[in-house]
Amino acid sequence: MGGYIPNTTDERQTMLAASGYDTFAELFADIPDDLKLQTPLDLPAGKSECEVRQLMRDLAAQNRVYREIFRGAGAYRHYIPAMVTNVLAKENFQTAYTPYQAEISQGILQSIFEYQTMICDLTGMDVSNASVYDGANAAAEAIAMCRGRKQHKALVAQTASPAVRQTIATYAFGNEMTIVEIPEKDGRVDLAALEAALDESVACVYIQHPNYYGNLEEAAKIGELAHAAKAKFIMGVNPMTLALVKSPREYGADIAVGDGQPLGLPLGFGGPYLGFMATTQKLMRQLPGRIVGQTTDAGGKTGYVLTLQAREQHIRREKASSNICSNQALCALAVGVYLSTMGPGGLRQVAEQSMAKAHYLAQALVDAGLALENTGGFFHEFVTTGPVRAEVILAALDAAGILGGLALDEQRILWCCTEMNSKAAIDEVAKIVREVCANADI
Amino acid sequence: MLIFEQSKTGRGTDVLGACDVPLVQLDVAHKRASTLHLAEVSEVDVDRHYTALAKKCHGVNDGFYPLGSCTMKYNPRLNEAVANLPGFTDIHPLQPAASVQGALAVMQMLEVALCEITGMDALTLQPAAGAHGELTGLLLIKAYYQARGDAKRRKIIVPDSAHGTNPASATMAGYTIVNVASGPDGCVDLSALEAACNEEVAGLMLTNPNTVGLFDKNIRAITELVHNCGGLCYYDGANLNAVMGQVRPGDMGFDVVHLNLHKTFSTPHGGGGPGSGPVGCKAILADFLPNVRVAGEDGARHFMRPAQSIGEVKAFYGNFLVYLRALTYILSLGAEGIKEASENAVLNANYMRVALADLYKMAYDGTCMHEFVMDLSELKKATGVSALDIAKGLLDNGIHPPTMYFPLIVHEALMIEPTETESRETLDAAIQVFRDLYRAAQESADTLHAAPQTTPVGRLDEVQAARKPVLRYDFDQ
Repeated sequence: MGGYIPNTTDERQTMLAASGYDTFAELFADIPDDLKLQTPLDLPAGKSECEVRQLMRDLAAQNRVYREIFRGAGAYRHYIPAMVTNVLAKENFQTAYTPYQAEISQGILQSIFEYQTMICDLTGMDVSNASVYDGANAAAEAIAMCRGRKQHKALVAQTASPAVRQTIATYAFGNEMTIVEIPEKDGRVDLAALEAALDESVACVYIQHPNYYGNLEEAAKIGELAHAAKAKFIMGVNPMTLALVKSPREYGADIAVGDGQPLGLPLGFGGPYLGFMATTQKLMRQLPGRIVGQTTDAGGKTGYVLTLQAREQHIRREKASSNICSNQALCALAVGVYLSTMGPGGLRQVAEQSMAKAHYLAQALVDAGLALENTGGFFHEFVTTGPVRAEVILAALDAAGILGGLALDEQRILWCCTEMNSKAAIDEVAKIVREVCANADI
Repeated sequence: MLIFEQSKTGRGTDVLGACDVPLVQLDVAHKRASTLHLAEVSEVDVDRHYTALAKKCHGVNDGFYPLGSCTMKYNPRLNEAVANLPGFTDIHPLQPAASVQGALAVMQMLEVALCEITGMDALTLQPAAGAHGELTGLLLIKAYYQARGDAKRRKIIVPDSAHGTNPASATMAGYTIVNVASGPDGCVDLSALEAACNEEVAGLMLTNPNTVGLFDKNIRAITELVHNCGGLCYYDGANLNAVMGQVRPGDMGFDVVHLNLHKTFSTPHGGGGPGSGPVGCKAILADFLPNVRVAGEDGARHFMRPAQSIGEVKAFYGNFLVYLRALTYILSLGAEGIKEASENAVLNANYMRVALADLYKMAYDGTCMHEFVMDLSELKKATGVSALDIAKGLLDNGIHPPTMYFPLIVHEALMIEPTETESRETLDAAIQVFRDLYRAAQESADTLHAAPQTTPVGRLDEVQAARKPVLRYDFDQ
C-alpha cells in the first residue's frame, strides 16, 4: 500500500528527471541484470491498515491470556503502573536513534544516566552500563569481561536458569573460553565441588541468586571461595528482590547482572527485555556496552554524553571486548519510570508480597498433597514434587484458566508468585490441586 | 533536574494494595542492610519529569533524520497499535505451545517473508540486534566447519569500509581478522581479495550496497572468489533498504545474512534499542540455527530444535514485540510496496545528492543507492569548518545530522540517508539548509564553530566526560 511514501507518482517522475534519470531502472543500473529479480517477491499483496489490524487481532486472539499466572522461570508477571505505558508511548523517545548527537538527545541521555544510578543503587555497585539485550546476554558478557591471559575458564552454577547457562555456553563456543558447570546439592551450589574446581585458570564464578529454584545461595561464601582463587565473582540477580535481599556488593560480587523485565516490562512472549550490568570502579573499563556520563558545555551547563567510548567497537574494531553497539534504551526508560513511580517503598511492597504469596502458596500446595523440595529459605519461586504427574496438575489448572508452574520433569513443578496473585486465586489453585491429588490413581 | 533531586521523604504513589496473606521474614543472613535511594516522588512529579525529558529528544516524528546507515524511516502507528494488543503483550514465553498458536504463526509468517526477501532457506528471529545477528551468523559458520572437521579455517575477511561491529563480532566468534583495503571506487578490490583468499578463510563479511552507498558491481565475482577458496559469504543487511524487492543477498551468492528490522522494516529505534536482528541462511547452515525454530501448521505449531544447533544467543525467542511490528509492516506493504520502498529510498538519496553536488564534494561519483557520502576535507581546509561543524549547524535548523566520520575510509565524512518516507518538500528544505550552511562556512565560519545555539545544551565536553567519569548521581553530595 505504498510503503508510507508521501510523494505521488507525478512527483517521483519530476524528481527522477531533476536528478538526471528517466526511469527507476536507471537508478539500479549497477546491479547486474542477471541478478535482478525477474518476478515479484512471492509475498501477499499489500493490505490496508484496517485489514492488517484485523488480521493481527485474529492472530492475537489465537493466543491465550491467562487470568492467573503462577509461572516465572525467567519471565515475571508483575503489575505495570499506567505511568510506564504512558511514558513509553511518547514518540520523542520511541522514534529517536542512539543519542550520538548529545545536544538534541539530552532527554534520552539523562534517562539513561538516571537508570545507571538506579541500577548502582539496587546492586550496590559503582558503575552500570546503559543495558544490554537481556539477562542471559548480560551474564555471557560478564563472563567474557573477566577473561585474563591465563584465566580462560568460567565456573557456572548448575542452579542458574537453563536459558542463561545455554547462552553462556553459546558465547563460549565463540570466544573459546572453557565453561565448567558446578553441580547442585539440595537445590544449591555444591560448595565442595566449587572449591575443588577452583584453580589459577579460573577467571570467574557465576551464580544466580535467588537461583532457578528460588533458593538463596550461600553467596557470601561462594564469593570468598572465588576471591581466594583470584577469580571474579559474578552474581545474576532478580532486581525486584533487591528491595529485601542483600545487594551483590554486600555479598562481595565484582559484577552484578540480571534481567530488568520484572521492573515494568510486559511478558511479551519473551522480549524485548533488558540486561543490566554493573561492576566495581576497578573493572569499569572492562565493562562492555554504552555508558552515559555527565559533563558540561562551554557555558558550564550540565549535560550528558555517551562516554568511555575507547572501549567500543567503532573505535577498537577487532580489539573491542564486545561487539554491542546499542542498548535497550526504551526498556531502560521503562525501568526508570517504574522505579520512580514505585519508589523504594513500592518496590519493597512488590518484593514482600511476591515472597509472602509464594510462601502461602507453597504451604497451601503442601496441605493439598504435594511436597516442597526447597529445604532452606526461598524467595518467590519454589519447586514441588508429588504423587501426581506434573502435566495432570497443570492441565487441571489450565482448564480453569490458570497458568500453573513450569514442569521441570514428570513430577516436579517450578512455581512462582508475584503481587498479582490474590489470596483467592492461590486458594483456588490449592483447591484444584487438592482435588487432582485426591482423585489421582496413585 | 534529576529525578533524585526532586525526592522528598514520605512522598510516593499508591500503586499496590495491602498484602492479603501474612508477610514472611527473610533469613537475617540474606537481609539487605543498605538503604535504597530510589526517588520518593509523587505521580505528577514523575509525569512532568518525563514529559520534560521527552521535549529534550529528537525522534523521527520531530523532523528529518537523514542518519546514514541507520535508515531512520517513519515508524507507522499501526505497528504500535498491534504491538500493544494484550494477546501479544500478556503471554508468557513458557506457555504451552497450544496456547500461543498466534505468536508461533507470527514467527513462522515472518520467517517465510524474510527468507523470500533475502533469498535464504531458513531464519532465526532470536538475535536482538544487528551486532547480535552478526555474532549468531558467524557462529553458524563456525559450527558448519566444525561439523566438517575443518579446523584450519580461523580467519574472516573484512573490508576496511566495514562497520566496526563486523571485526568485533568476528573476534567474539573466535576468528582473526584479515582486513582488505577498498579500491579507489570504494568497492572491494578484487585482486586484494584474491590475495587474501586461502584455505584458512572461513568467510567474508560484506555490506552491499556498501558503506559508501554503492552497489558493488563485482558482487558475483566477490562471492565466487570466497566460495572457490572454500569460504562462506556473510551479508551485513544494514543497507538492505536500498535493494529489497530488487535483488536478493541469496542470489548474489551470500550464505548467511542478518537483517536490522529496526532499520529496514520500520520498527522504532527507541533511543538506541530494542532492535531485532534476525539471521537467515542457506540450507547448508540451517541445522546449526539457534534452538527456537517453529515447525508445524495451523493449530499444531510448535518449537523445534535444529539437529546441530549452536544453542541460544539469548533467553527465549528474540524481541517478539519488536519483530511483530516488522511483520505488520511487511503485511501492509506487500511485494509491490517493498519494491516501491527501495525505489523511493534510492530516488530520494539521488535527488539530494544531485542537488548538493555542485557545492559539496561527493566521496564517490555516480549514482548512489539509498545513501551517499560527502567528503568535507576540502571545505575544512579552505574554511576551517569541519563535518562536525556542519552537523552542529544542522541542529540549529531542526534537522538531525547525517552520520559523521564514517566510513573511516573517507575523511570528514557526512553520510546522508533520507529514506523513502520523506516528501520532496522535506528534501528541498534540507537541501536549502545544507546549501546555506555551505555559504555560512565561507562567510562566517565562527558561527558554525559555535553551533548549536538553539538546543537545550551546547557542545558538550566529551574529553572531561571520559577523563573524569561521572556515571551516576552521587547521593552523598
